[in-house]
Amino acid sequence: MAKVKGSIVVNIERCKGCGICVVSCPTGTIEMAEEVNSKGYNYAYPAHPDLCIGCANCAIVCPDGVITVYKTKI
Amino acid sequence: MEKELRLMKGNEAVAEAAIRAGADGYFGYPITPQSEIIEYLMEANPYETTGMVVLQAESEIAAINMVYGGAGCGKKVMTSSSSPGISLKQEGISYIAGAELPCLIVNVVRGGPGLGTIQPAQSDYFQAVKGGGHGDYHLIVLAPASVQEMADFVDLSFELAFKYRNPVMMLSDGAIGQMMEKVWLSPPKERSKTVPEWATTGKPPTRERNIITSLELDPDRQEIFNKKLVAKYNEIREKEVRFEEFQCEDAEYLLVAYGTSARVCQKSVELSREQGIKAGLLRPITLFPFPSKQINKLADKVKLILTVEMSAGQMVEDVMLSVNGEVPVYHYGRMGGMIPTPDEVVENLKERIIGG
Amino acid sequence: MKEITGLKEIIKPENLAYKKSDILTDEIMHYCPGCGHSTAHRILAEIIEEEGIQQDTIGVSPVGCSVFLYHYLDIDWQEAAHGRAPALATAIKRLLPDKIVFTYQGDGDLAAIGTAETIHACNRGENFLIIFINNGIYGMTGGQMAPTTLPGMKSSTSPYGRDVRTMGNPLKMADLVATLPGTYYVTRQSVHTPANVRKTKKAMRKVFQYQKLNRGTCFIEIVSNCPSGWKMTPVQANKWMEDNMFPFYPLGDLKTPVEQPVQQPKSE
Repeated sequence: MAKVKGSIVVNIERCKGCGICVVSCPTGTIEMAEEVNSKGYNYAYPAHPDLCIGCANCAIVCPDGVITVYKTKI
Repeated sequence: MEKELRLMKGNEAVAEAAIRAGADGYFGYPITPQSEIIEYLMEANPYETTGMVVLQAESEIAAINMVYGGAGCGKKVMTSSSSPGISLKQEGISYIAGAELPCLIVNVVRGGPGLGTIQPAQSDYFQAVKGGGHGDYHLIVLAPASVQEMADFVDLSFELAFKYRNPVMMLSDGAIGQMMEKVWLSPPKERSKTVPEWATTGKPPTRERNIITSLELDPDRQEIFNKKLVAKYNEIREKEVRFEEFQCEDAEYLLVAYGTSARVCQKSVELSREQGIKAGLLRPITLFPFPSKQINKLADKVKLILTVEMSAGQMVEDVMLSVNGEVPVYHYGRMGGMIPTPDEVVENLKERIIGG
Repeated sequence: MKEITGLKEIIKPENLAYKKSDILTDEIMHYCPGCGHSTAHRILAEIIEEEGIQQDTIGVSPVGCSVFLYHYLDIDWQEAAHGRAPALATAIKRLLPDKIVFTYQGDGDLAAIGTAETIHACNRGENFLIIFINNGIYGMTGGQMAPTTLPGMKSSTSPYGRDVRTMGNPLKMADLVATLPGTYYVTRQSVHTPANVRKTKKAMRKVFQYQKLNRGTCFIEIVSNCPSGWKMTPVQANKWMEDNMFPFYPLGDLKTPVEQPVQQPKSE
């Protein structure tokens, strides 16, 4: 059975750390980092990349469009 | 094509001239004594013939902002109102000047302040020439003194507006707006198909997006822009002064008046001369730019200057600035919608000659 | 550009599932973290790109937090005075009827100072789109009460909560304009969850397509958040919005198109 796997690319410098992607992700892929970017925001990042299913929920809800999404069938 | 001779009210002449000048849009609101402008346009229905949009807006504020939007598209657009309505438009006018957009605003002045009277006045001179809206800007101000000039100045206003990317005001008054005179109307011009390169018409791949705005949060950049405007107004002062002289060649006493007051003063000059007083009249046609140089020149020859205005004395200050103390400058005026008579002016001139 | 990526082997051009629209410029949007304005801009940009109307679209930006909207979307823009965007758009659309024209306004712009322009443009059935971002507060000027601030809601000018006896009730603008024959499609949406973003995008696509029909004004209200003004985190603000704003401003279509004669007959 084909499985869908995804991979997100987060531009962490442009992320403002709003956290909406975290609550929108259905698989728990994304977390907020302990570190901050150069603007002082705790940025979002794919903490558990193997959980990503490429649904793009994170990307479409991201106010600043900092997430690019790729997905493929395995 | 030939010019057409008609008998029209000043307000009607503005409207007809707008259609013939190839105006793209008129946005206005009724107010006495200029409602004939929009009424004439609605009746003429130029949308059917030239495609000119005529719209009665919900307020003078809405109307000036419609003008802003249309001007931003590079179109020949105009509005008209009278004093209280022009006050409402001031923010919009400042924005139009700040965004360097062309347009025509017609003010058919009535007595004020406040709701005032519906009779003619010239008490909006300061508002028209010195600002009105906020910020460092100027309107080009044309002052018609006849129904013919009400017609002729419409096309001239659009020409100046586009030449300098600046709003232009025709400062008329209730008498000229309402009076009927012969007027030669120019043959109709087609609406322009040229699109200025700064206009918002939808961004093609061949250029950057056009943004019509007057906002600049960086004071350094804002100052650069303000200096650009100052340079523009200086160029306008150099090149666009217009005035008319009547019997000034040998005048010993100078009257300065515009619009209806100028018509009165023309008669006053004749009456004065009958009584042996060598009076002359300088009629500014542009109130901005003001004919300062010419008045300064005439000040060398005359013993005093009397401005005649239907106001408490507004243009008189610019005459004083123009002569810089060289010669006494006085003001005679009627207010509240009253029009001075030629005899009153002569009497006042005589008083000034005797008493100073 | 610093990035953190997921599984690298999946990142290939043929696997691209989502990237932000090219209509968005490179400028970093100045909005606060989590602000619905940014999301709305993104959706707007995507629709303009997907519908292929970049060359035909003219936007009118407001005074408010989104005053710099013209820095973020690569189309022609006009900056309106506070509240007057529908007046500008009226002239633009009447003079350039083949172009796609829209206004983008906040609650102060559309429902306070601009109420007359909003109502009258809708009443005339002007053939453009009004996008209304309603977050019940004046963001740019520091969090003052708006015409859409809820009863009891605190703001810098209603520090004890909005008192309807002295401050009036909030205005439901979408409901008001839906009653006017001049409006064609009126809907209320939000952009705080992926599902709502997808619904808003659908509505946004409709309103841009409807414009070509010349059947009147389309009005899309986006109930949104203001984390800074409401003094909450973005996630908290979205929850508060669900619990408080949505019951008062319910989402959904308030007026759907029916077959009706073309608006604005040329002559009687």
